[in-house]
Amino acid sequence: MADELLLEIVTPEKMAFSDKVEEVTIPGVEGAFGVLIGHAPLLSAVQCGELDHTKNNKKTYYAIGDGYAEVTGEKVTVLVESCERSDMIDTEKMRRETEELESELAKLSKDDKDYEKVSASLNKAKVRLKVAEKA
Amino acid sequence: MAESLRDIRRKTQAVEKTKQITRAMNMVAASKLKNAQVRMENFKPYAEKVLEVLNSLASRVMSTTNPLLAVRESQRIRLLLITSDRGLCGGFNTNVIKMAEGFIREKKKEGKEVSVIAVGKKGRDYFKKKENILSYHIDVLGSFDMSLAVALGEEVIPAFISEEYDELHVAYNEFRNVASQKPKMMKLLPLSPEDFSDEKGESFGGYIYEPSEEELLAQIIPMYLKVQTFNALLQTSAGEHGARMVAMENATSNCEEMIESLTLKFNKARQAAITAELMDIVGGTEALAKSS
Repeated sequence: MADELLLEIVTPEKMAFSDKVEEVTIPGVEGAFGVLIGHAPLLSAVQCGELDHTKNNKKTYYAIGDGYAEVTGEKVTVLVESCERSDMIDTEKMRRETEELESELAKLSKDDKDYEKVSASLNKAKVRLKVAEKA
Repeated sequence: MAESLRDIRRKTQAVEKTKQITRAMNMVAASKLKNAQVRMENFKPYAEKVLEVLNSLASRVMSTTNPLLAVRESQRIRLLLITSDRGLCGGFNTNVIKMAEGFIREKKKEGKEVSVIAVGKKGRDYFKKKENILSYHIDVLGSFDMSLAVALGEEVIPAFISEEYDELHVAYNEFRNVASQKPKMMKLLPLSPEDFSDEKGESFGGYIYEPSEEELLAQIIPMYLKVQTFNALLQTSAGEHGARMVAMENATSNCEEMIESLTLKFNKARQAAITAELMDIVGGTEALAKSS
């Protein structure tokens, strides 16, 4: 077994995940990055996207919200607004939600004050759908 | 006889029913309180981590350029007042409202403008006619999550940056333990660097920052505000249930006392009625015996 690092995903509601894993991929604001044990210390902003970790050659996917990730040599702490494991998301429901948001967005013009809000929620829904499909 | 037997019995039954209700409310509040406490516990690691990251960043790059740290002459003050939506929880809302009122009065005396953002029906209703309420959020405390704090944050942060107001305070109930809540006033904006810089931050030296430290700081400060707001919301919610639990417990024991005294009164009245009847019969037979 390869060397493992401790991954902690913390949300305001709960400690979403805390276990040893082999590798983590984090959606940083400046691009996704992978972390193995012994990574240089890093503090990065994280954007809504897809996080995965590998353990025993098995990948697990999560849809996460905005937040931060802190990496030290043997520990990764991810602080995010939300976190859902791929098999916890209802694919059908997300598909419907994505479609609804898309049609809603189509009705709005770019100067509308709700435009940014809706497109942000659409983005989130898309990420969750993508993750859900990987379950 | 002041009250007939039936009157007293009816009263006893009414009190009995009230007691059932207060006891049920007490139990509901107890279970809600438990949930609220669990949420507070679960939130702690997140809040601590945010503060830790903020501490370390702030001690490295203390830029006063961040708009949320800008200290202006405080002319216009905004007050975020967090109360519960429902009553029947003792002095819970009254205490925080009183404190807020005192605060507003004081600030007005200094010639400052105060406007209120109300969370919870009680606070809004109290200040509806008295003060300038900018906006309110009601019926949200029943079930809320971080998104409420995010929404509040997004309401107050841009307004502060665009200099619509100069100072933001929050008034809420601090949850101390199940039986005790304390109204508390806290200044949220502008943030003073002393709030979150300590010597602990040095441990973060030698980090890679992505994006730059300044940008990270600019992002994490609003997050810190939301964390503070969420914390205040959580404490108020837990406090509300705690206060209600205690209030309802008192109400239940008061009901018991009342039932006891009513029962005593009922028994006395019954005994008096029996005695009166007996006297009648005895008097009657005596009269009969005499006449025969």
